[in-house]
Amino acid sequence: MNSTYNVNEKGFYGDFGGAFIPEMLYPNVEKLREQYLSITAEQSFQDEFKALLKDYVGRPTPLYYAKRLSEQFNAKIYLKREDLCHTGAHKINNTIGQILLAKRLGKTRIIAETGAGQHGVATATVCALMGLQCIVYMGEVDIERQAPNVARMKMLGAEVRPASSGSKTLKDATNEAIRDWISNPEDTFYIIGSVVGPHPYPDMVARFQSVISEEIKSQLLQKENRENPDYVIACVGGGSNAAGAFYHFLDEENVKLIAVEAAGKGIDSGESAATSVLGKIGIIHGSKTLLMQTNDGQITEPYSISAGLDYPGVGPMHANLYQTQRAEFIAITDDDAMRAGIELAQTEGIIPAIETAHAFAVLKHKKFEPNDVVVINLSGRGDKDLNTYTNYFKL
Amino acid sequence: MNRIQNKLSENKKILSIYFTAGFPNLNDTKSLIENLVLNSVDMIEIGLPFSDPLADGPTIQASSTQALKNGMTTTILFEQLKNIRTTVDIPLIIMGYFNPMLQFGIENFLQQCQETGIDGLIIPDLPLEIYLSEYKELFESHGIAMIFLITPQTSEERIRLIDANSDAFIYMVSSASVTGSRDSFDENQLAYFERIAAMNLKNPQIIGFGISNKTTFEQAVKHQKGAIIGSSFIQFISKNGTDRIQNFIRNIL
Repeated sequence: MNSTYNVNEKGFYGDFGGAFIPEMLYPNVEKLREQYLSITAEQSFQDEFKALLKDYVGRPTPLYYAKRLSEQFNAKIYLKREDLCHTGAHKINNTIGQILLAKRLGKTRIIAETGAGQHGVATATVCALMGLQCIVYMGEVDIERQAPNVARMKMLGAEVRPASSGSKTLKDATNEAIRDWISNPEDTFYIIGSVVGPHPYPDMVARFQSVISEEIKSQLLQKENRENPDYVIACVGGGSNAAGAFYHFLDEENVKLIAVEAAGKGIDSGESAATSVLGKIGIIHGSKTLLMQTNDGQITEPYSISAGLDYPGVGPMHANLYQTQRAEFIAITDDDAMRAGIELAQTEGIIPAIETAHAFAVLKHKKFEPNDVVVINLSGRGDKDLNTYTNYFKL
Repeated sequence: MNRIQNKLSENKKILSIYFTAGFPNLNDTKSLIENLVLNSVDMIEIGLPFSDPLADGPTIQASSTQALKNGMTTTILFEQLKNIRTTVDIPLIIMGYFNPMLQFGIENFLQQCQETGIDGLIIPDLPLEIYLSEYKELFESHGIAMIFLITPQTSEERIRLIDANSDAFIYMVSSASVTGSRDSFDENQLAYFERIAAMNLKNPQIIGFGISNKTTFEQAVKHQKGAIIGSSFIQFISKNGTDRIQNFIRNIL
């Protein structure tokens, strides 16, 4: 069956996607496009990938029935515990996959971009594991607000290069990583951290993250005697954890998908990262997608209290889920997210990443039936955000 | 024959200069072009500034940021260029990223180019395949030449495909890099220049990226038709202003 919501053979999700890249990147991206499906389908690749996910990452991650949260919101709420992955977030599912691919393509030097630092840490980790050189581009602003992750990357042997152009955040770190790749086309592999960038990256990253929804299905079958929940809720910056959590439910139309974006200080405040509402179709980092921009087509600076959500675009898969209304998009403000974060800590004893806290804030916005099975992707843990939480709540 | 083909059929090596529109000052565009013409420049690339120029190094990035701060927009650029063809008859090319053109509307953009007398477009992030399937006819119906980039990594097969679908010139990126100046080219680059020249392509080639002085210009035009200077020209006008361009050109030619 042809999926409406997955990528087509030309690299598009509906109107979105493609590979709008300078000629300098063409040979590398084209080689990847030709080979990513065949390499990742090889038995040896699958064996190595699965073994590392199991023994190194700690998969399968639990699907935890959150009893107190369920009572509070009068539904059956399950948390997919990606926060328990090695390095503290779902990001490592993807970096394991991509580094195995990079090795098979004979690449020796790894570059990555990072916002909150989770993808940077996950990349530095797999580079240490494989003994490959690692350079992570990170916006100067993010380096400041995510100091613990910078320290982790350095300890893992990575070089952290500050991106000092533009808003000095994730978008600019991505620009710098792309410029590095242009200048180092032979030995370098670019591990993109989200379902963004030129085709085949969005599809490739979604496939590596799809283990999340694959596990949800089998775990729900055991716990609820059904494979499909009524709702899957995930936060979206670029959208990799949501892509992974939605993947095996995309064509199950009875599963309601909720994508949670960062409203920042409010949709109309001028300081927001709610791309679906504020964006228009445009091109960023090689992909045609919804994009926050001026009328003149200049990309604007997004804002969110969480460094992992302030990206002015969104992955093309999500742009299509928004346009086709397959997923509901909800924007959550900084304040609501922070409150949801501390409430989860005190209701279930789990401190979520601020990105993830946005997904929990949705619980107050939705009305559920008592028997509704709701899965929230708990994409990352909040250790890296303790400073922000502490300052915000004056703890 | 269009203005680009005409110019390239002359029996001489071509010097093309790139500058970012709106830099150093918003309204420098027209006087800069006229000044370059006075100084025997053969062709001009007008950079439409973009917030996120992926293929550009720090110099052009900074000039783009400044141009946008100065208030440059696509609409303003076309206004500035409105009567340019009353005084200037050398080929004029706009180099810009795809997103601002997409927001302006591609057809509208091409229409404005045609009315203004722009001869060609260089759009680094509009790939050949998408151009061929979605935009080629539109470009041709407006008489606007699309100019494609090739790099040392571009396969021979792809270069032939680009050659077959070009009718102005092929923009040879001198090495695997973003824009920026260098003092001389190394053996690998010179071998690449020679290799492309030996392909006997139907379109002439012009080399860009890394041309900064007499040495690099002469290395570039040894086997190719011409060379494009961008970053080092921008550095020069940042430092010396726009009224001493003759000093810069004199050091190249």
